Amino acid sequence: MSSTTTAKEPFNPKLRRRVDDQGGQQLVECNLVEAITLTLAQEMDLDDRVMCLGEDVGLNGGVFRATDGLQARFGEQRVVDTPLSESGIMGSAIGLAMGGMRPIPEIQFEGFLGPAYDQLCNHAARYRTRSRGAITVPMVVRVPVGGGIHAPELHSDSPEAIYAHQPGLKVVMPSTPLDAKGLLAAAIADPDPVIFFEPKRVYRLPTREWIPEDRYTIPLGKARIVSEGTDLTLVTWGASVYQALAALDALPEDVSVELIDLRTIAPLDRDTVIESVNKTGRCVIVHEAPKTCGFGAELSSIIQENCFLHLHAPVQRVAGFDTIMPYYKLELEYLPDSKRIVEAVQQTLAY
Amino acid sequence: MATATAPDHASASKAAKRPADQLPDATLIGWLKDMLLIREFENRTAQAYQQAKIGGFCHLYTGQEALAVGTIAALNHDDPIVTAYRDHGHALARGMSPEACMAEMFGKSTGCAKGKGGSMHMFDRPNWLFGGHGIVSAQNALGTGLAFAARYEWEVLGQSVEGGEAKKKVALTYMGDGALNQGVLHESMNLAGLWSIPVIYIVENNGYSMGTAIERGTTMASDLRKKAEAYGMRGEIIDGLDIVDLYNQFKPLVDWCRQEQRPAFVDLKTYRYLGHSMSDPQKYRTKEEVDQYKAKDSIDRLASQLMDTSTDRAKANGGRPVLTEQAFMDIQSQVKAAVQRSLEFAENSPAPDVASELYSDVYLNPMKNLSPIADYTIGAKNPLL
Repeated sequence: MSSTTTAKEPFNPKLRRRVDDQGGQQLVECNLVEAITLTLAQEMDLDDRVMCLGEDVGLNGGVFRATDGLQARFGEQRVVDTPLSESGIMGSAIGLAMGGMRPIPEIQFEGFLGPAYDQLCNHAARYRTRSRGAITVPMVVRVPVGGGIHAPELHSDSPEAIYAHQPGLKVVMPSTPLDAKGLLAAAIADPDPVIFFEPKRVYRLPTREWIPEDRYTIPLGKARIVSEGTDLTLVTWGASVYQALAALDALPEDVSVELIDLRTIAPLDRDTVIESVNKTGRCVIVHEAPKTCGFGAELSSIIQENCFLHLHAPVQRVAGFDTIMPYYKLELEYLPDSKRIVEAVQQTLAY
Repeated sequence: MATATAPDHASASKAAKRPADQLPDATLIGWLKDMLLIREFENRTAQAYQQAKIGGFCHLYTGQEALAVGTIAALNHDDPIVTAYRDHGHALARGMSPEACMAEMFGKSTGCAKGKGGSMHMFDRPNWLFGGHGIVSAQNALGTGLAFAARYEWEVLGQSVEGGEAKKKVALTYMGDGALNQGVLHESMNLAGLWSIPVIYIVENNGYSMGTAIERGTTMASDLRKKAEAYGMRGEIIDGLDIVDLYNQFKPLVDWCRQEQRPAFVDLKTYRYLGHSMSDPQKYRTKEEVDQYKAKDSIDRLASQLMDTSTDRAKANGGRPVLTEQAFMDIQSQVKAAVQRSLEFAENSPAPDVASELYSDVYLNPMKNLSPIADYTIGAKNPLL
């Protein structure tokens, strides 16, 4: 369905805007959460089938303000406040998608996916197969994810591997405003259900970023090479990208590290990882989730299956520990930090 | 049987015409045929299951036929429905071909889901059947969402997503009585009540959640309308064994929900003659109880009504019965032949092609390098649907 919208005021006029010096492109200065809100507004402007629902997404603008201003612009019918009812939210969003809409349910914290797991994995993920493609679920589940904001467990977890394990779901986790905008637009356009994990620790980094205002997409399943290097491949995603960057700063200048931000967990950009490790012969994987059965285990397997003869050292994983995410006094002990990453990199280089 | 129903017809002739009275004879004969089709289909399904031609699990609809046929008769073709795993009856009543339904259970490529869903997962998008569902009660949230989508179409979009005008629709979400005790039903009913969503929750109350009698597992079992009351929606109790009575009560409810765009809840009393699934020792009920219900069989009842010469219909037909014995026998032969054809079709259909089907229909866009080594592909279209 095409847009029924006429030209509208730019969304969130408080954001600073300017025209790019070179290309004449309109730029807007955003942090990650502002980029998400802007993208939601743009996609809802373009297509009336796109609608948001969740606890406090409307009047209150969302627990992290990710939907702030949307209800004022699009009304209560398209930005729907729901009761605290995750299974009902997820199930009715799936029904909406089966009925031809493009729902974007928000689950306030990744731990609250628990009550919605049945609907997500037993329904949304499976309809294309069960109906041999006749009934599909084009839905984007937005979920703030990860630790580092002084929250308790259930509000700080990183369950991406659980959902990447479920065939039929796609799992995305951006780390920058630029990626968040392009990946969210691509997720909304995607014909299959996508879990869009938003790393809450970097929702509001102190520095904003200038990004193109006009709609653009970044394909799901394409990793970003943050920095090129020749000695070691460092693979990570989400908020851990920033710990990895800090580690690069802390390493001696003559160490050349290739840093890869996966951006999408499923589908996984295997080619970029394999190509890089075949080039460097060394790999360290960083993630917040507990080490056992974390997504690093899958990556490590893929690397040994595909890069065995190129490896100079065992693949290392710097991860959360096999424990429940601790309360805030201990959370920084739990989360991978640049010190642990530097140690793993140095060990791998010295192997 | 005929004498038992005669007073109803006599009183109806004095009162205002009831919804079923306004239907042509052919429609009622069609109901009978559909119910017979489901009965025969399930009998032959049981045989095929015992011969190990059907895999997975299998839950038969025998005894409950009037419910699916009568409620679906009250809908428009494009009103969406979802149901649970006892779903063959709904699929056939919605118009799925017996061939596609049987082949699905045989796991053959010509099944409604190319043999990938099986007995519990009958999907028929062209006939607006959005699935049988294996997780008890979880489908209730989907039916709520489908109704929400329909209302969103006419309220927000102003047109149908498939083109054309948006119209007021009603979604039906069927569940067994065991589903009453799952949390998701209550979340769904709360949302539907809160937002005024045009969905009807239908409890196919056959009295048993597998082996647990309803009063052993559900509060307020003697008056389930209390549950509806708690969520601010209309609740009805309807006898699901007499299809004409069922239609007369259910059709006005559907029309009201459509017009007012409001939800409702129906406790539809029915009974299953066979076990919960094909492997059920049935220690929880007596043979006498089953026989009592068989004596009130819905197919016999409708057939008797249609063959009765004292009804208003027969009078309007010049004293001739709507259905002659010969015509009834003809229908039974047609139904037997149709089910036989479906078995032969399923038997002779090819199994799904491994190369094209094992990995297909998981995502629309093929994903590279997923296990084991093949790319996901998009499967071929099923010519039956």
